[in-house]
Parts: sequence; C-alpha cells; structure tokens
Amino acid sequence: MQTAVLLLIPFIASLLGLFVPAQHAKKFAFVGSLVAFIVAVIVFMGFPTSADYQYVLDYLWIPSIGIHFKIGMDGISMLMIMLTTFLSPLIILSARDSENRPAVFYSLILFMEMALIGVFVSLDGFLFYIFWELALIPIYFICLLWGGANRVSITIKFFIYTLTGSLFMLVALIFLYLHTASHSFDITSLYQAGKSLDAHTQGILFLFFFLAFGIKMPVFPLHTWQPDTYTDAPTQGTMMLSGIMLKMGIYGVIRWLLPMLPDAVHQYSGYIMWLAIIGVIYASIIAITRTDLKRLLAYSSIAHVGLIAAGIFAFNAQGLQGGMIQMLSHGINVVGLFFAADIIQNRTKTREISQLGGIRTKAPFFATAFMIIMLGAVALPLTNGFVGEFLLINGVFQYSPYMAAFGGLTIILGAVYMFRAYQRSVLGETSVATDTFTDLTMTEKAVMIPLIIMVIWIGVFPNMFLKVSEPAIMKLLAGY
Amino acid sequence: MNTLIVLSALGIITLFAEIFRFRKALFPIILIGLAGAFAVTAMEFTSNPQSIFGMMVFDKYAVTFSCALIVIGFLWFMMARNYFLQETSVTDHFALILFSLVGAVVMVSYSNLTMLFLGIEILSVSVYVLAASDKASVLSNESGFKYFLMGSFASGFLLFGITLIYGVTGSFDLVQIQQQVLAHPHSGMLLVGVILILMGVAFKCSLAPFHFWAPDVYDGAPTTVTTYMASVVKTAAFGAFFRLFSMCFSSLTHDWAPILWWIVVLTLFIGNVSALRQLSVKRMLAYSSIAHAGYIAIAIVSMTNTSAQAILYYTLTYSISTITSFTVLYIVSRNTGRDDFGAFEGMAKNNPFLAFVMTVAMLSLAGIPPTAGFFGKYYIFLTAINSHNSSLVIAAVLAALIGVYYYFRVIISMYFKPEKSDIPASIGSLHQIVLFITTMLTLLLGIFPDWILNWLM
Repeated sequence: MQTAVLLLIPFIASLLGLFVPAQHAKKFAFVGSLVAFIVAVIVFMGFPTSADYQYVLDYLWIPSIGIHFKIGMDGISMLMIMLTTFLSPLIILSARDSENRPAVFYSLILFMEMALIGVFVSLDGFLFYIFWELALIPIYFICLLWGGANRVSITIKFFIYTLTGSLFMLVALIFLYLHTASHSFDITSLYQAGKSLDAHTQGILFLFFFLAFGIKMPVFPLHTWQPDTYTDAPTQGTMMLSGIMLKMGIYGVIRWLLPMLPDAVHQYSGYIMWLAIIGVIYASIIAITRTDLKRLLAYSSIAHVGLIAAGIFAFNAQGLQGGMIQMLSHGINVVGLFFAADIIQNRTKTREISQLGGIRTKAPFFATAFMIIMLGAVALPLTNGFVGEFLLINGVFQYSPYMAAFGGLTIILGAVYMFRAYQRSVLGETSVATDTFTDLTMTEKAVMIPLIIMVIWIGVFPNMFLKVSEPAIMKLLAGY
Repeated sequence: MNTLIVLSALGIITLFAEIFRFRKALFPIILIGLAGAFAVTAMEFTSNPQSIFGMMVFDKYAVTFSCALIVIGFLWFMMARNYFLQETSVTDHFALILFSLVGAVVMVSYSNLTMLFLGIEILSVSVYVLAASDKASVLSNESGFKYFLMGSFASGFLLFGITLIYGVTGSFDLVQIQQQVLAHPHSGMLLVGVILILMGVAFKCSLAPFHFWAPDVYDGAPTTVTTYMASVVKTAAFGAFFRLFSMCFSSLTHDWAPILWWIVVLTLFIGNVSALRQLSVKRMLAYSSIAHAGYIAIAIVSMTNTSAQAILYYTLTYSISTITSFTVLYIVSRNTGRDDFGAFEGMAKNNPFLAFVMTVAMLSLAGIPPTAGFFGKYYIFLTAINSHNSSLVIAAVLAALIGVYYYFRVIISMYFKPEKSDIPASIGSLHQIVLFITTMLTLLLGIFPDWILNWLM
C-alpha cells in the first residue's frame, strides 16, 4: 500500500500539474514532490530490519501471459526511494523561472520521478522494463525542448544509445521468462530460471543485461553519450540524469543481474571490474584536462560511477554496502555540483574555468557551500563521499589488491581536478565575468542547505542508512 | 456469412445514393451499417463455426480478424469523409471501399483456395481504382497503374502456385490440402507451389524483395487511400497469409521458413534503412509500413500457438497508429501544401493536441512503452524466442533502433519553432474524434493488451 502511494503521488501531481497556471506551476510541482518526500520519510522511519520485500502489492495485470503489477520494497529499494524523493523537490526548486511552458516542464520532472520510483519498486520483470523505458520519455523531452544548442542530435544519440541496451535487456527478459517453470515474470521465478541455466547461456544473458545497465551508468566504454548529454541538457535534466537516473543502472545490477545469473557474474565480474577501473582513471584524466565546468563534472561522474560499479561487482558485503551508500552520496554531491555550475553559468554567462575567479570575495556563502559539496565529492573524511569510497575500495581490495590500488587513484585524481576547478573559479582575483557576482538568493539557499546537511549527515551517521540495506545485501550475498 | 451480406448490401445502397439523391445521408448510413456489420460479426463469435458450402468458415480467427477489419474500416471512414466530400463521385469511392472490405473479410475467412484468390481480387481491384482516384494528378494515375500492373503479376504467381498445389493434392479445400500435404511431404511440385504462393502473398504484404511497388504507390495515391492500403489491406493480407500457412503448410515449415526468414531480414533492413533517407513524411511512412510488415512476418516464420494473437494484435495496433499518423499528415499537407518534415514544424505551438496525438503515434510505431506498439513488438519477440528464432529477434531489435531515428525526426520537427507555420489551431470535429479514439486505443491497448489477446485464446 505504502509503495503504491509513493508511486501515485508524483503520478497524480504530474497529471494535475499540466492544468496549473504557468505562474503557479513550480510551486505546485514542488509541493507535490515534497509530499512524496514526507511520505517516503515516514515509510523510512518505520522500515523494519528485514531482508524481505515490504508493503508488497500484487495485482494480476495481463493474465494471458502471466504478467503481474507487483511492487514492493526491501532495504535497497528504500534507500533509492529516499534518494529520488529527496532530490526531486530540490531539483524542481533549483529551476529558474522560464517562459517556455513551465507547466509541461515540471509535469515531465514529476512523471520521471514516478517512473524512477517505479523502477526501484518493481518486483516483476515486465513491469520493471516498462518503468525503465517510461523514465526515458520525459527526460528525452526535457532535453529536446529545454536543452542547449546541439540538443537535437545529442538527444537522439542518447535515446538510441539507451534504447539499444534496453531492447537487448528485453530479449534477455523474454528468454528467462520462457525458462521459468510457470511462465511468469515474477522476480523470484526469474531468479530461479536464471540460476538453473548453464554457464554459457548465463554468460550471453549477462552481456545483454549488462549492456542495458552499463549504458545507463555509464561504464567505460559505453559512456560516450554521457558528457554530451550532460552538457547540453538543461540543468534540471542533467541533475535528474546524473543524480537519480544513472542509479537505475547500478540498482539494476544489484536487483536483477547479480542474484539472477550467479555463474556468469562469477565468470565475468573480473573483466567488468577492470573496465570500470580503466574508466575511473580514463575519466579522471580527461576531467583534469577539461576547462568547461559542466563537462568536467560529467567526466567526474563517470569516474565515481566506475568505482561504484567495480565495488558491486566485487560481490562482497563491503563493496555492495559501499555501493549503496555511495549511490546516495554521489546523487547528493553531483546535484549540488551541477547546481553550483548552473549558478555560475547563470551569473557569468560562461562555464569556462579560465574566465572565472575571485567568486569567494563576491559571494562567500556560495563559495562555502560549493566547497563543502566538493569536499564530499573528493571523499574527505566526515563527508558522505568518504564513507562510500572507503567501503568500495575495501570491497575491491578483497577481490584484488591491484584493482584497489588503481581504483584508489580516483580519490587523488578527483582531488586534483576538483581543487583545480575550485581554485581557478572561486579563489584568486575577480575577472570581468565574475565582477558582478551576487551571492545566493533565498531559493538557491533552500536548495543548497539541505544538500550540505546531507553531505555531513551521511558522513557522520552513515549507519542510519547502511543498516536499512544491510539485511537485503546479506540475503543477496547468501544467494536467493 | 452475415457480415458479407451486410457489407455487400451496404455497398449496393451506397451506389444507389447517387440515383435516389440521398448523398447527404450517406455518411451516417455507412457508419450505422458498419456498426451493424460489427455487431453481426461479433454475434457469430459464440456460435459453432460451420462451413459455408465448403468455401468459408467463420471460425474464431475469421471472426476476430473480420471485427478488427470492420473497426479499422469504421475509423477510416471517419478520417476520410472530408476528403471525398470535395469530389463529385463520393458514392463510387465509398462503394469501392465497402466492396474491398468484403474482399478483406473473405481473405480472412476462406477455407478454399478459390475463395482466397477471389478475396484478394475483390480487395485489390477496388484499391487499384482508388489509388488512381485523384484523376487530375499524374502521380495518382501512376500509382494506380503501377499497383495494377505489379498486382496482376503477383496474382499470376499466386494462381500458378494454387494450380500446382491442386495438381499434387487434387483439392482446393484447405483441410484436404492439409491432409494431402502430410501424406506427400517431399513432393517437389508441392514445394514449388508453396514458394510461388509465398511470393504472391509476400507481394500483397509488401515484403522485400517484392516491395518495390509500395513506396511509389503509397506516395502517389491520395493520402486517404494510402491510409486504407496501410491499414485494412495490410491486415487482411497478413490474415490471409497466416491462415493459409498455418492451416495447410505448417508441416512444411522447415522448407519455407528459411526462405521467409531471409525475406524478413531483408524487409526489416530495406524498410528501415530506406525510411531513414526520406525527405517526405508520406514516403517515410510508406517505407515504415514495409518495415512493419517485416516485424509481423516474424510471427509467421515462428509459427507457434501465439502467432495468431501476435499478428492480430500487431496488425490492429499498427493500423490504428497508422490512421493517426496519416490523419495528421493529411491535415498538415492540406494546410501547408507540403508533406516534408519541415511542414510539421511549429505544430506543438499552434496545435498541441495534434502534436500530442502524433507523438503518441510515433512512439507507438517506434515501439516505446507504454504504447500498443511496444506490446506488439514484445509479443512478436516472445513468439519468436519461444520457437528458437532468437537471431531473428536480434535483427528485429537492430532494425527497431534504426526506426527510432526517423520516427523521432517527426517528433523533433513538431517541437521545433519556425518563424511562421501554417498548421491550423483548430481542426474539424470529425478528425478530432478519430484522433482522440485512435490515441486512446493506442494507449489503452498498450496497457491492457488482454482486451485483444483474449479473443483468440
């Protein structure tokens, strides 16, 4: 029941939002998403310490081929929902007043929130696929209608890229469905069907699923759509993509791939981890050479996600738990960083780091907020990034010390490009572009402060979140 | 049988409309008549199917396909009314459509090869004339002539194939042919006959390499007639194709399926890749119609117990989306005088309703959830994987990805803001109703596909 409510609030809000007058559209969408967040917090507070799916709703949807509308949450889903519902109101609040059909814009964001929650609560393979694709349509239109100069070619590239992965996943899902005992898409039946296959077949299915999840994350070498899309999407679209949507891929691996195809995971995880580690170093080095702030952040996101991917494929408690907490941390940090980049671009009309400088003297509050979030991103102890990266590197170390050594470079390289960007844009002398920089408005503070609080909160009390996902992760490791 | 009587009577009444001067009342009469035909057909659903003089059997398959054809025909009339009202000869056009609908019903309910041939000819001859119905247009004349020439050629193949089958089995009756085929599985003449029939129907379904007529004919014919060809004719052709091959030749699958396998792969890629390069939306939709024929034919290659459902669902939902997209195209080209992608620019601003329905139709044709087009593709894939045709599914997936590109080009154009656009802010109420119905059906059938699938359970 609670699950259905969480799904329905943003859905209803997105439909009603279409009919709200333009000047109230933002307020309405914000309230709608805030209500969803409050409900999510209430559910989170009462969430039992159990590895089973809670609040399951099972409704026979398409009887002739055994498709159920089955939703429910375990600890893993719960954390993802907390992330989604926490970030959505902030993303809506961060939007600037636009002349261009605001009601449609906020409705699309709310619709996307609904689809993302749907992805995180689906317990039926077909339903999961529907929500997975449903999340793609609003972001496509957000990028197409409100995006930058190259939006047309970049959105089509993004769409076809992700759809490629999705369709292969669909083929794999149908294959598994036909191998279930009673022709069902139920998650447990699919687990059974997957595990009963021989290693070779599992390997092919693994590649099909990984194509979908790997493109969404994105893992090197499937990442080529990402920097362009992040740069040309409107800031709210980039935040939705990087803050929440890429977690769909990681969540998909944890929820579907790891338990369903254990033999193939055992066989291939080493390769995937190497790819991910290569991606970490590759993306970090590119990030160091970037001078466009948004592009730099896009590459830094690839690096961070690479480490998460390596950690979860290590398939041990530290790696998976680190992946969970780092998904939250990365979502919060990346939204904060893109928001900071958006503020800079909005005030100075440029994203080129070389043209910035001296913002600290003009806008001390902004400089401090940017600093704290950046420290989270470079994994300073007592910030959220530290907990996650520590656990992840620990998990990877148990799998292979060499990989951990290379993966650990992300912290050092991350510090290089982040501090460099910060130093050149915020510190130093003011430039022509930053001479009239004003400090944060009330609305901007209202977005930044919750993010800062969470950076420190997760850094100091990670256990509050870790303990929620722990039973489910342990069950995953024990094999369903 | 009652369906045929009602439809034929309706066609004859329509012809009399000119003589007895009730042209004004004709349109409501046709709609009521079609609704009546639907009711009559649906009533036969419950009764025990009986052979009509050994020529036709209104079994479950025939009834559901007939119902689907009548529904599509109904929507088509609502869409096409305005077009023909401007012409002088409205009655003969409507009568031709109704007679071709008779042929379509025959094509999905025959139990004798002579009836198959008659059905195809009744349908085709009407459509040849309709394709050329815009007498002042050279392209329309070319379209009709081309369709007629190529169509009669294909009929020749079909007839030759039927003759050879008759030579081996000694019968035109499907049940007897089926038994004889089981008795003589290795007859060379039989195999040649099957392949000739395959070529004949592949032409009617516009499967590559028998598709060359389709782009020119679709492009040249009046948009309303093109809609009819892409919806009713396609549904009937696939209904006939599957009925024949599942009833008579399913024991020979390993002989003809490899040929059809290649035909499907060719169709998928020729259709999709050619559509990529088109400048005119109408021609793009023509190639997309070829590509969709490829997806539907996957269900025939697979030949399992879900194939019939897959074909019914796919043809019906494809036809519905086709009616939406051609109706929008028709409105656009009538108001702007163009049918290239640029003509769609500014639609989202001038007429958001039109842009919304076109977006849904394009998403459905591209196979994006939650539209019916997605579930159709899903069900086709399910059918194919179930019969171990996974390689075909991979080909179809790659083809579908190409398809996304050109369908999304339309969407992008609609949301592009030009300096000026001739897209009207309001459209006729009849078109509004059609577009509303087809869009709702596309969304609802995508979410509740069982409404269709259960018919053939």
